[in-house]
Amino acid sequence: MPENEILLEVKNLKMWFPITQGIIFQRHIGDIKAVDGISFYIRRGETLGLVGESGCGKSTTGRAILQLYRPTAGDVYFEGKNLCKLKGEELRRMRRKMQMIFQDPYASLNPRMTVGDIIGEPLEVHNIMKGKELRERVMELLEIVGLNRYFINRYPHEFSGGQRQRIGVARALAVQPDFIVCDEPISALDVSIQAQIINLLEELQAKFHLTYLFIAHDLSVVRHISDRVAVMYLGKIVELTTRDKLYSDARHPYTQALLSAVPIPDPVVEEKRKRIILVGDVPSPANPPKGCHFHTRCALKIEGTCDVVEPEFKDIGGEHWVACHRVA
Amino acid sequence: MGTLLQVKGLKTQFFTQDGVVNAVNGIDFDLNEGETLGIVGESGCGKSVSVLSLMRLIPSPPGRIVGGEAWFQGRDLLKMSEEEIRSVRGNKIAMIFQDPMTSLNPVLTINQQVSEALELHLGMDKRQARKRTIELLEMVRIPDAANRVDDYPHQFSGGMRQRVMIAMGLSCNPQLLIADEPTTALDVTIQAQIIDLVKQLKKEIGMAVIWITHDLGVVAGLADRVNVMYAGYIVESADVKDMYADPRHPYTLGLLGSIPRLDAERKAKLTPIEGLPPDLIDMPPGCPFAPRCRYAIDRCLEENPKLETVARRHSVACWVDVTGGKR
Repeated sequence: MPENEILLEVKNLKMWFPITQGIIFQRHIGDIKAVDGISFYIRRGETLGLVGESGCGKSTTGRAILQLYRPTAGDVYFEGKNLCKLKGEELRRMRRKMQMIFQDPYASLNPRMTVGDIIGEPLEVHNIMKGKELRERVMELLEIVGLNRYFINRYPHEFSGGQRQRIGVARALAVQPDFIVCDEPISALDVSIQAQIINLLEELQAKFHLTYLFIAHDLSVVRHISDRVAVMYLGKIVELTTRDKLYSDARHPYTQALLSAVPIPDPVVEEKRKRIILVGDVPSPANPPKGCHFHTRCALKIEGTCDVVEPEFKDIGGEHWVACHRVA
Repeated sequence: MGTLLQVKGLKTQFFTQDGVVNAVNGIDFDLNEGETLGIVGESGCGKSVSVLSLMRLIPSPPGRIVGGEAWFQGRDLLKMSEEEIRSVRGNKIAMIFQDPMTSLNPVLTINQQVSEALELHLGMDKRQARKRTIELLEMVRIPDAANRVDDYPHQFSGGMRQRVMIAMGLSCNPQLLIADEPTTALDVTIQAQIIDLVKQLKKEIGMAVIWITHDLGVVAGLADRVNVMYAGYIVESADVKDMYADPRHPYTLGLLGSIPRLDAERKAKLTPIEGLPPDLIDMPPGCPFAPRCRYAIDRCLEENPKLETVARRHSVACWVDVTGGKR
C-alpha cells in the first residue's frame, strides 16, 4: 500500500437543508446552510480530527460524506470514485468500506436486538456470511473490542455506556471497512471510560490499518487522537493543519480563541494563561453573516473587507490551510 | 477568613425497588467564606446529591438524608423546618443548575422569573424588582438588558440563559453560590465566558462558591480547594495546586492520567482506569475503588479507609501511600 495515498477527498461539499413554509403547498423560503462549501482530503491510515462547536456542521459533514444525506453540491471521492454520483447497488457496495460510530451508545443500539444480532446485521445485509460462521465472527469481534465472547445473547440494557460504545465499535468493524466516521464517540461517556475507548480506537487503527474522520467538540481529545485537525465554524472549515501546528501555530482568530478557551488540568498553567473571550453567540446558519462567517465575533476584523469578501481557504504551506484575510 | 459551611457525616440514601442506593456515604468538608470549592467526580459519585442534600432538595420518597450535620452561620441546615430552609434557599445560598434550558420556566418572561425571588425574599414591589432585575442582567453582561427583560427564555441562547440563571442566583446577594455543572451543556467558548463571569462576580461580591464538575480542567482554573468524590465518598481533599502537583489517591491519579492535555508535547498513550464504578446498591465491603485500583493490597478489599490528613490541608482516604513511602 503506497504511503500518502489519498483515500478520501472532499471537494466543495455543500449540505443545505430547506426551510419551507405553508401546509399544503410548501414554499421554499430559505436554507439552513449546515455545510457550506468545504474541501479537504484524508490519507489512508490517517486520523483527521474535525472540531467545532454545536451547530457548526461537523456531524452533517460526516453524514454527507457517507451519503447518509445526499449533498446539495460538491464531490466526495473515495478511492477515486465519486460517491455523490453513485446510486443503488453500486453505492451499497461502497458502503461496506465506510462505517460510522455514533455519539450516543444509548440511542444507537436497538434495545430489542441482542448484541449478536446488532453486530451481525451488517454482515447479513451485505451478504458476507450467515449462520454458524456469522456467530463465530461476531464472537471474535466482541473479543477484538475487549468484551466477553459470551455476551453475544445479551441485550444492550445489560451493558454500561462504555461497553455499549464497544458494541457500536464492533458493529462498525464487522464488515472490515477502510474508513470509519467517529461522530463524537466518547462525548456521552465518563472521563475514566473515555480513555478506554480512545485507546481502543487507536489500537484498532494500528491493527486493521483504519482511516478515521474523528468528529468531536473537545479539542484536547481531538488533538490527542488526530494526525491533522480541521476546525469548523458555521459551515466552513476555517483552519486545517497538523496536530502540532494547531497548538503552536494556530493562525485563524477563531482557532486561537477556541484553543484559549479549553481548560488545562493544571492550576499553575491556568494561572498564567490569557483567555481570548469571544463576545456573543454563533449566528444562525440559516442566515450566516456576509463575508467571513466569523467577522461578527472577531477582534481582528478589517472593516470593509472581512464583512464583505469571503476569505479564500488558502494553502500557506507545510500542510496548513487557513481562511482568513489577516493571514497573508 | 471564617468557616461558612461545615458538613459532618452527611449521608443520603435512596430507597428504591431494587434496594437501597448509597448515594452519599458520610462525607465531611469545610468551606471558608469567599472560598471556591470544586467537587469533582464522575456520574453517580454523589457530587450532586451531596449539595442537593444541603439545600434539602432531595426528592422524598425515594431519597432521604439519613445522617449528618451541615452548619451554616451557626445553624444546622439539615435540622431546619421546611419554612426556615425556604428562607435560606435562594436567599443566603443560591444554586444554579446544569441545564439552563430546563431550569427556566418557558411560559414566564425573564423579568417575572428573576423578580420572583426579589419580591419573595427581599420584599420588593413589582417596580423595584423590575429595576433590580435589569441591574442584575447588566451585571451578568446581558446586552440591552432593559429591553430584553421582557423576553421569554426561548429568545435567549444557551449561554445567555445560564447568565440569567446566575443573575437569579445572585439576586439576593447570597453568601454561597452552588453551581452544579453549570457549563457542561455549553460550548467551550461560552463556558469560558461563564467561568470568567463567575470569577469576576466573586471578586465583586465576595461570595463563596461550590462548583460541581466532572472536568478537571475547569476546576484547575477556578477553585481554591478541591474534593474528589468516588462512589459517595470524598476520597481526596486538597488545595488546588497540591491536588494537581501532588495527587495522593489512586483514583485522582487515574483521572489525571486518563485525560489528554491540550498542551501535551507529543502523542502519549492515555492510561485509562480499567473497569467500572461499583454498583451503589451492592457496594463492595472494602474501599469502593479497590476493584479498579492498581495499588490495591489485601487490606483494601476488606476495610474501607477513612479520610486522613497526609500533608498540610491535604487529606486522602487510602491505605497505600502512592508516593512510595510506608504508612
